[in-house]
Amino acid sequence: MPRKTMVEAIRDAMDVSMQRDENVVVFGEDVGYFGGVFRCTQGLQQKFGSNRCFDAPISEGGIVGAAVGMAAYGLKPCVEIQFADYMYPAYDQIVSEAARLRYRSNGQFTAPMVIRMPTGGGIFGGQTHSQSPEALFTHVSGLKTVVPSNPYDAKGLLIAAIEDPDPVIFLEPKRLYNGPFDGHHDKPVTPWSRHPQGEVPDGHYTVPLGKAAIRREGSAVTVLAYGTMVFVAEAAAEETGVDAEIIDLRTLLPYDLEAIVASVQKTGRCVVVHEATLTSGFGAELSALVQQNCFYHLEAPIVRVAGWDTPYPHAQEWDYFPGPARVGRALKAVVEA
Amino acid sequence: MPDFGPLSFHVPEPAVRPGGAPDFSDVSIDPAGEVRRPPVDCAPEDIRDLAFKIIRVLNRDSEAVGPWSGLLSDEELREGLRHMMTLRAFDARMLMAQRQGKTSFYMQHMGEEAVSCAFRKALEPGDMNFPTYRQAGLLIAGGYPMREMMNQIYSNELDPLHGRQLPVLYSARDHGFFSVSGNLATQYIQAVGWAMASAMKHDTKIAAAWIGDGSTAESDFHAALVFASTYKAPVVLNIVNNQWAISTFQGIARGGAGTFAARGLGFGIPSLRVDGNDYPAVYAVARWAAERARRNLGPTVVEYVTYRVGAHSTSDDPSAYRPKTESDAWPLGDPVLRLKNHLIRRGAWSEERHKQAEAEILSEVIAVQKEAESHGTLHSGPHPSARDMFEGVFEQMPPHLRRQRQQGGV
Repeated sequence: MPRKTMVEAIRDAMDVSMQRDENVVVFGEDVGYFGGVFRCTQGLQQKFGSNRCFDAPISEGGIVGAAVGMAAYGLKPCVEIQFADYMYPAYDQIVSEAARLRYRSNGQFTAPMVIRMPTGGGIFGGQTHSQSPEALFTHVSGLKTVVPSNPYDAKGLLIAAIEDPDPVIFLEPKRLYNGPFDGHHDKPVTPWSRHPQGEVPDGHYTVPLGKAAIRREGSAVTVLAYGTMVFVAEAAAEETGVDAEIIDLRTLLPYDLEAIVASVQKTGRCVVVHEATLTSGFGAELSALVQQNCFYHLEAPIVRVAGWDTPYPHAQEWDYFPGPARVGRALKAVVEA
Repeated sequence: MPDFGPLSFHVPEPAVRPGGAPDFSDVSIDPAGEVRRPPVDCAPEDIRDLAFKIIRVLNRDSEAVGPWSGLLSDEELREGLRHMMTLRAFDARMLMAQRQGKTSFYMQHMGEEAVSCAFRKALEPGDMNFPTYRQAGLLIAGGYPMREMMNQIYSNELDPLHGRQLPVLYSARDHGFFSVSGNLATQYIQAVGWAMASAMKHDTKIAAAWIGDGSTAESDFHAALVFASTYKAPVVLNIVNNQWAISTFQGIARGGAGTFAARGLGFGIPSLRVDGNDYPAVYAVARWAAERARRNLGPTVVEYVTYRVGAHSTSDDPSAYRPKTESDAWPLGDPVLRLKNHLIRRGAWSEERHKQAEAEILSEVIAVQKEAESHGTLHSGPHPSARDMFEGVFEQMPPHLRRQRQQGGV
C-alpha cells in the first residue's frame, strides 16, 4: 500500500475528484501555479489547467462568495483558505450564504462546496496562524464540519466532502501534515511513511461523514478527541497507564452520537479534549450530549481539556497547547474520582 | 439568440515563470523629472493621469531632477542613506538569527527600504502609521530602538509584547506605529477611522495607512477607500506594490486596472504613483500627500512601485514561482545604491565613507544584537512567563481566566 503524508493524501483526494467529476474546481491564494503554501494543490494546475485550478486574489470573502456563485451554477468548488485564521472576512459568505442557500430558496439553489483550511497550532505561528475555529462553524446550521487526523481519513473524508450535496468545512490540522504529532514538541515526529495510518490506497474511496473511529479500545474512561488531539490523547493514555478508549470524532457535525454514547456507557467516564479555547468550544456541546445521554452511567464528572481562553501566544506556545501532561492529569483525575 | 460563440475563462499569467528570462518590458517608466508636481489643492479630476505615471527624481546619472527634487539637504540625504543601510544590516542579522534557530520567523525588506524610511521623514510626532509587516523602516527612521525590535523578534524577557506576538509584528504607540496584525488589510480601514477621529476632535494629527499590492483585493481596502472619500479623512493611503503577493504576480490582485493607484480614481481620491526605490521621490510625494491631509484637503492614494528582492518570509522559496535572476533585471534598481551614488555625485559622500559607514552600522547592529541575546532568544535563556500569557486579555482578569491560570499552575 502506498504511504502518503497528509498533504499528499489531501492532494490525491482533489486529484481523484477532479478526474472523476469535471465540475470540481480548486482555487485559493497561491493555490494555482505554486500549489499552495502547504503544497496541498501542487501539480493540479499543471494537470487540469488553469480553468480548473487557479490563483485567487487575496480576498477570502471573494473566494467563498465566488464559490457560492459557482456552486449555484452547478460546479463543485473545493476552495482553500490559506490559514483558518484568515477565514473571518469570508464568515458572512459562509454563515449567511453558503450555509442557508438551500433552506431559504427551498432547494432551488444549493451550495455544494468544500472550504479547506489548515487549523491548529504547534508551529510557532502566533495568534494569526494557530487558531482552531471549529466551534464557529458547528454553531451554524447548514454546515458540516470535518477534522481528519491522518492521511487515510483525510483523503477519504475529503472525497466524501466534495461529493456531499451541502457545504462542508474541512479543517486540516497543520501540525499533522507531516506526521502524527503527539504534543511532545521536543522529540522528532514519526513521519507518516512509518505510521500505519499513512497507508493511503490509490484511486477513489470515501470515509463517510458523520462516523467516528475508535483509535484505542479501553475500559476506564472515554476520550472524545479530533485532529491533533487524538495523538496527544494516545500519548497521555500510554504515559499514565490509564486504559482509555479514544474516540476520533472525524466529523464534528453531524456528530456520531451512537459511537459516543456506546463508549461512555461502557466506561462510565469521559474526558473531552480539543486545542481550541475552552469556553463555548465544541467540547461544551459534547459534554452536554454525554450528560444528557449517559447521565445514569456516569461515575465521575465529565472533564474538558482545552486551550486556555487567551489568544494563541507565540513564545508560550507549549504552555498554551493542551499537551499529553495536561491530558494525562485529567485522565488520572477522572478515573480516580 | 445572438451567436457570439462559447465563453472562455480568463486567468492572468505573469510574463515569465522560473526557467525563463526575466521580463519587465510591461513596466512603463517615465524619465526622472518628467512628471509634473501639481498644487496640493488641485482637483482630483485634474491629475487623473498621475495614477498611471511614475514620479521619479534620481536619473540615470544619479542627479536629482525635476519639480519633485530639491527638498532634502546633504545632511538629510546622508541620514536617509544611513537609515536604509541600518534596516538592511538589521534584516541580514535577523535572517541569520532565524536560520540559527534563535527565532521562529522573519520578514525582510530587501529592495523596499526607501519606501518606509523616506515616508517616515514626512510625518510629525503624534501622527499614526497603520503598517503591514514590511515597514520596519518607519521604526528605524523614527528612532525606535533596535534593541526593542530584537527583543520582540526573540520573544525574550524584555520583549515589549511579552512573547504574545509573532516576530516582526511590532507595536510602538509612542513612535506612531500601530500594532501590526497577522491578518491582511485590516489596518487600512482602521487608519481611516483614526484619521476621522482626529478630524472629529479638531486635532492636527494625520494617519498613514499601509498595504501591499496583493492585499488590496481584500474588502477592507475598498471599505477604507469609500470611508476616506466620503469623510475626506486626513489620511495617506499607501500601497506598496512590490510585484509579488507570496507566489502570485501583481496581475492577480490588479486585474484589468492599469495600476493600483487607479483604484483611488473611482472614489474621487487624488492618486499618485512614485518610484519606490528613489528615496528623494518617495519623500517628496509623501510630503505632498501629508500636506494635503494636514490642510484638511482629504486623503491621497500613493502607489510605490518597487520590487520584493527577498522571499516573502523565511517560510517562502521564491525560486518556485519566479526566475532566480528576476531581481537583477528590476528596472528601478536598488534604493541604497541609487541614493549612495546620488550623494557621491553631489560631492557629499564617497566610496570610502560608504564602506566606513557600512562597517560602523554592522558593528552597531551586532552590538545591539549581543545585548538583546543576553536577555534570551526564543528557545534559550530568559523568556516571558507562562503567567504572562493570561494577562492583557482584558483590563481586569475575569474569574474564569484566573481559575484557568491556577489550573495551569503558573
